[in-house]
Amino acid sequence: MLAEDLHRMAAHERAQQLQYDHHIIVCSGTACRSANSEAVRQALEQQVQERSQIGVCTVTNGGCRGLCAAGPMVSVEPAGLLYQGVTPADAGAIVDSLGSAPVPHILCDTSAAFFSKQRALVLEFAGNLDPDRIESYLANGGYDTLLKAVTEMTPTQIRDEIVRSGLRGRGGAGYSTGLKWNTVAKAQSAEKYVICNGDEGDPGAFMNRSEMEDYPFRILEGMTIAAYAVGAQQGYIYVRAEYPLAVSRLKGAIRQSEKLGLLGNGIFGTSFNFNVDIRLGAGAFVCGEETALIASVEGKRGNPRPRPPYPAEHGLWGHPTLINNVETFANIVPIIRNGSEWFAGIGTAKSKGTKVFALSGRIQNTGLVEIPMGMTLREIIYDIGGGIPGGRHFKAVQTGGPSGGCITAQHLDLPMDYEALMQVGTFMGSGGMIVMDDSSCMVDVARYFMEFCMTESCGKCIPCRVGTAQMFDLLDKITRGEATLDDLALLEELADMVRNTSLCGLGQGAPNPVRSTLRYFRDEYLSHIVDKVCPAGVCKMQHREEVLP
Amino acid sequence: MTNRVLTLQINGQEVSGREDETILEVAREHDIHIPTLCQLEGLSSIGACRLCLVEVANVPKLLTACITPIQEGMEVHTESERLNHYRRLVIEMLFSEGNHICSVCVSNGHCELQNMAQLLGVDHVHLPYRNPQRRVDASHDRFIFDPNRCILCTRCVRVCDEVEGAHTWDLKARGIQSQVMTDLNQPWGDSTSCTSCGKCVHLCPTGALFEKGKSVAEMSKRREFLPYLTIMRGKHR
Amino acid sequence: MQKLLVPAPSDDKRWRMVTATMRRHGYRRDALIEALHSAQEAFGYLDSQSLQYVARSLNLPLSQVYGVATFYSFFTLKPPGEHTCVICLGTACYIKGAGEIIASIQDHFDLKPGQTTPDDRASLLTARCLGTCGLAPSGVFDGEVVGNLTPENVAERLEEWLDHAG
Ligand SMILES: Cc1cc2nc3c(=O)[nH]c(=O)nc-3n(C[C@H](O)[C@H](O)[C@H](O)COP(=O)(O)O)c2cc1C
Ligand code: SF4
Ligand code: FES
Ligand code: FES
Repeated sequence: MLAEDLHRMAAHERAQQLQYDHHIIVCSGTACRSANSEAVRQALEQQVQERSQIGVCTVTNGGCRGLCAAGPMVSVEPAGLLYQGVTPADAGAIVDSLGSAPVPHILCDTSAAFFSKQRALVLEFAGNLDPDRIESYLANGGYDTLLKAVTEMTPTQIRDEIVRSGLRGRGGAGYSTGLKWNTVAKAQSAEKYVICNGDEGDPGAFMNRSEMEDYPFRILEGMTIAAYAVGAQQGYIYVRAEYPLAVSRLKGAIRQSEKLGLLGNGIFGTSFNFNVDIRLGAGAFVCGEETALIASVEGKRGNPRPRPPYPAEHGLWGHPTLINNVETFANIVPIIRNGSEWFAGIGTAKSKGTKVFALSGRIQNTGLVEIPMGMTLREIIYDIGGGIPGGRHFKAVQTGGPSGGCITAQHLDLPMDYEALMQVGTFMGSGGMIVMDDSSCMVDVARYFMEFCMTESCGKCIPCRVGTAQMFDLLDKITRGEATLDDLALLEELADMVRNTSLCGLGQGAPNPVRSTLRYFRDEYLSHIVDKVCPAGVCKMQHREEVLP
Repeated sequence: MTNRVLTLQINGQEVSGREDETILEVAREHDIHIPTLCQLEGLSSIGACRLCLVEVANVPKLLTACITPIQEGMEVHTESERLNHYRRLVIEMLFSEGNHICSVCVSNGHCELQNMAQLLGVDHVHLPYRNPQRRVDASHDRFIFDPNRCILCTRCVRVCDEVEGAHTWDLKARGIQSQVMTDLNQPWGDSTSCTSCGKCVHLCPTGALFEKGKSVAEMSKRREFLPYLTIMRGKHR
Repeated sequence: MQKLLVPAPSDDKRWRMVTATMRRHGYRRDALIEALHSAQEAFGYLDSQSLQYVARSLNLPLSQVYGVATFYSFFTLKPPGEHTCVICLGTACYIKGAGEIIASIQDHFDLKPGQTTPDDRASLLTARCLGTCGLAPSGVFDGEVVGNLTPENVAERLEEWLDHAG
């Protein structure tokens, strides 16, 4: 495919779309699907037919709108209407209302803070693209950026743009993406690889799932630009097997891109070649860690290895390998298209751009939100998230998953950026935010995370393998009301040791939830240990009767 | 490839080594002792036991001496109160994980775990014992595997794969459930790939792998084949 | 070098899927996990025949194949029941009461995670986040993702499968 073909296809698709007066777009993400959006789409198609609106109105699949708990979501363009909780029975009314007043009882208020405070960059087009059809992507400027990159820019220029943009990895650690690309580019080797990390193992995080489901082409385009910028010929997308829809979307996207020559040999008539394959995870959290991920792509047990050497120099089959998170790759197209200055204008001094968060737990609006870096937690939870349901009180929010920590009410005005989160003892992680109210027991939460780390530990290094099991036993003992203050001291001793001596980030991060809850909720631990009482009433204390007066 | 010679400091002493050498290799060449358990010359290093962790100036994290290559001007410290504390905890963790009853063990007196505990001054284990129930495998004609004494150093797995080329041993499951096993988790005696070479038995640091019918006195392990292989491999490189 | 292909263990048509996956990857060793996925998809679990076939075809040691198959929790070496119920125990689901659902299944049906009912009708499994945290607590019933679970609606579905009156 050459530039002319790309533009011709895009123009053709746009012309096709213009033939219709109305577009009904039904969310086909995992959450809406499980709320029966397939049946809604079929009902809408049938109604369009019955009301002889064919040729006037189209019904297509779209992506996630963020409000996952309110699905199935249906939007109507160009009227800009959004409906929530749609059932097949509503289909007739929706089709009848086209061009006139909307259907009131399912109408979603898009001027609400949930929508107005967000800034869509990664989640651009707010789900209006059909993730199954490359034409839909092309009509909206898809692959224009790759064309610009490979025909007008040198690899060095692209890397400079990424460095200047200030983009930092969205997979957790927040390492400068530009610097990582430079390291891979400078490494001497005839073979290089690009890997997209779609393992998303943090329970409570589902940003990457949505990004892969809704923007498979955008991720491929970002990876292809990265490959051109670092000199790689082969790419892999590592997706966890729990995401079957993401896998099939990505497979479809690869097939369609290959067919048009947007992947393969001689992309846009240049000498640049790039192919992408999918590798399935198989239920191992540790495989999100980059060296374990490489072992898994090689078909082995997902055991991490010590770094240095880093994958950028010594990665897949020993060759220089660029590993970035799904969302990092999703940011590449907007940066190259709009320029690094534009991107660097969003966010805070050291954290640029936006971040997609997955809000869940005890919060009104569970779902996906994208905000500019630096927004306060209060705005996210109360304005966008709609606050805590059931008249309960906010207690804490867990970020960074099982290696992260909690942020409490005293830090509600904290701006969300990499450094600020680090300062209060947690970290950005991939963007999961689990809100807890006063019905959650923090010791129970710490115990939960430790059990997670214990069962997900690969078992290679001693501190993580034995340490997480020992710490889990101690936490379990505390939640049973059988622990002593000596046990607490031992727990703290082990937390320090496991953090400092474990081989990889899983073990190094495993003590974090304990350290963080001890920092902010030590009194809850003491109630369990000294008074044998669980203040939130979650833990079943074995010894309660004996101690109560 | 040319190998530059780099200079660095270990415990304040000026030392030098080739740029492809690890901190551990350079330390050993200069008779500086760093405790190790999973590492063994002649096998690949995996950095699993964490005993060899050292402090390096201006690096916030502890580094694995057996794997980390040296760098010009590096300032390495191999001993500190903190490192010793962590190393003792590692040993305690190993004792707490399995069932190590030295008095009834064939390796009593020449067990590397026992020696390391003495060296590091571990006189008692203050972690709760986990008391796993693991079945002893005595199905092999000549050898016995007692998983209760296994510390998962994976020396057996590596020597069987890297030196003997049989790859009879590997790990099953993960985390605290991991264990070494043969073939499809079959009794060792039924293994179709085992050559009965005994290399695993000789490299096992504890009494987890031992020869049938040998008394404590006879149980010293022979490792002559390893340095020889290291030399041969070096020549091939 | 022409590699001798290993014949499938039987003429069961399902082996073709496994063979096709390995062929597509050129019988390279790194196809191991992909091959195990295919075998589990074809047969529902991985028995020693599958493991041996994959090991021989990819020229891998048996112990390595067994090690990989048991490292990843997605793979199971036991045949599952006729129906499978997966309850998510990810954080969002846990905070919203997934633990109570597991406990109530245990109480009502005497079924623990990882177990199958004695009549082989249903298996209970757990997952670590299905990515539908917005619908927490969520689960998967025979491949279909279901959100907003409660002990009651889970019991209802299980009873339907088990045909027993609670
Ligand atoms: C235990 C563990 C789990 C991880 N899981 C993920 C993951 O699911 N997705 C991800 O992108 N990065 C994950 N990471 C971080 C990766 O190792 C790596 O830093 C990241 O993929 C780099 O991409 P980025 O620079 O774009 O953030 C994990 C790290 C650890 C230690
Ligand atoms: S820290 Fe845990 S997961 Fe990482 S290598 Fe050690 S045992 Fe494996
Ligand atoms: S000797 Fe280095 S980690 Fe074991
Ligand atoms: S935590 Fe259950 S779906 Fe994410």
